[in-house]
Amino acid sequence: MKASVRRELESVALEVRKDVVRMTGLSRSGHLRSCLSVVDIIVYLYWKVLRIRPEEPHWPERDRLVFSKNHACPALYAVLARRGFFEREELWNYRRLGAMLQGRPEHFRTPGVDAPGGSGGMGIGLANGLLMSARMDRLDRRVFCVMGDGELQMGAVWESAMQAASLGSGALTTFVDMNGIQTGGSVESIKRIEPVRKKFEAFGWRVMEVDGHDFRQLEKAVAWSLSGPGDSPSAVLAKTVPGKGITIAEKGLLGSPACPLDRDRMEQALRELESSSGVKGGEA
Amino acid sequence: MRSTLSGFGEGLLITGRERNDVVLLHADMVDAEVIAPFSLEFPERTINCGVSEQDMVITAAGLSLGGKIPVAVSYSAFLTARSFDQIRTCLAIPGLQAVLVGTHSGLSAGEEGATQQMNQDVALMRSLPGMSVLVPSDYPSSSFMAGIACGHPGPVYLRLGRDEIPDIGILDESEMRIGGGRALAEGDGVTICACGIMVHEAMKAAAILSQQGINAEVIDCFSLKPLPSQMILASLRRTGCCVVAEEHNIIGGLGEAVAALSASENPVPVRCVAVSDRYGQSGTPSELQEYYGLTFREIVGESAQVWSMRRR
Repeated sequence: MKASVRRELESVALEVRKDVVRMTGLSRSGHLRSCLSVVDIIVYLYWKVLRIRPEEPHWPERDRLVFSKNHACPALYAVLARRGFFEREELWNYRRLGAMLQGRPEHFRTPGVDAPGGSGGMGIGLANGLLMSARMDRLDRRVFCVMGDGELQMGAVWESAMQAASLGSGALTTFVDMNGIQTGGSVESIKRIEPVRKKFEAFGWRVMEVDGHDFRQLEKAVAWSLSGPGDSPSAVLAKTVPGKGITIAEKGLLGSPACPLDRDRMEQALRELESSSGVKGGEA
Repeated sequence: MRSTLSGFGEGLLITGRERNDVVLLHADMVDAEVIAPFSLEFPERTINCGVSEQDMVITAAGLSLGGKIPVAVSYSAFLTARSFDQIRTCLAIPGLQAVLVGTHSGLSAGEEGATQQMNQDVALMRSLPGMSVLVPSDYPSSSFMAGIACGHPGPVYLRLGRDEIPDIGILDESEMRIGGGRALAEGDGVTICACGIMVHEAMKAAAILSQQGINAEVIDCFSLKPLPSQMILASLRRTGCCVVAEEHNIIGGLGEAVAALSASENPVPVRCVAVSDRYGQSGTPSELQEYYGLTFREIVGESAQVWSMRRR
């Protein structure tokens, strides 16, 4: 990856993070730490991988991204707005009555959202169905699923993981945002999901582990997944930092993971993000 | 004597020949007559999801997002109860086109016992906004409804049983629609609304009631949601009383739907012949029907009582 490309992606991710802070701050809700951990993964996919047409959001031949990590939808919304699927002004109505951007993604309301969600653990299954329909129509659709590590506690995930291997399609890539947290604390302290690599491998998946904040590694992971043997789904276990980019969020000083920022902390967080890029002054 | 299960199997095959976007998913039901006709002719459009109903429903949603018409089949007990979250989240809330087919419903799982018998499925599916609920009463209507359900733009739940029941036949194709119903006997003494196998019990009851001077109007309410409201209300205006008969728990089924309609639009006495909030047990379907009071005798008894209280 060229340094200029990396800098461009880092700059986009920074702006997305700022929008996420504003959205969760203004709405006084949303899972800030979980949003910030997944930002770089979806920025990379939406800017460098997915074959999409933001001006034609329902283009039938587009690649699909199933965002299973629904509670982190502010990150997805901020990415979709910045990618041109809808006006960025919509972000500030997130979670309000009548808003296009609901508390959980609704594909029929929001251009760019490819699948329903809200109750976790359904992303891989939805992706399987999308791949089956593409196979029947002889389309070379690629499907990406982005899920949280806490979701691995849900049984239906493994039903779908088993189905994906039976389907034998290499066109499915699942990113697991391994941020290590869930609402009640650390994932491992609540219900152990490790060893995740061995679990996916045992289910017939190819597995690669990366740093989920390093665009060069994300690039390698996507190239690896798409150039595989063609009959195995791939899981990219992306190690991430919850609250990435904001010190108090990274250190877990906000209370519960779902705890919103108050006005002062929001301003403080925005200043910290802006100073990290050397750019002064906000946009909103 | 044929089952609604096999009727749907025939209808799905016919629909599959007409529409190449219909895809059959099932939870390892290869031997069932509902699966075989379509899957043998269209193996490339048939997916055996294994005994994973939750995954089957999500996969169906993915297929629907990809432009297909998924038809997902399993035992009604597991399809509706085990996968309720997936049905609600991935099909009902987004209003995706999909057909859910619950087999061995009501008491028809018979000897399998209480867990395999399902008398709560209609209650679960009716409670979902946007979900249509169909309960065919014979082989021909079940076959016909396969096409209707696959042509509907939103989610549909179709409830099938394995009891062998007589054919009524398609009397008027225009009646056979979502939101439709069909009057199988006309009368001004009592309205009997029934669905599924209980339509046949209602017809038997009507014959006995006519000997007692009560002319029953029998409506096959195969569309439980939306209900054929105007047809039912027109009948209630003539008869002034109603009995509802269904092979389902008394809570959440056709009985409650008709009673609520009557209460708000034209209050008349309404009685329900249904499973009285109990679970089933092993036995042949016909033994269970007797044991739980789902026969023409109960319909006759309730009809005589509401007739004596009728309000016109």
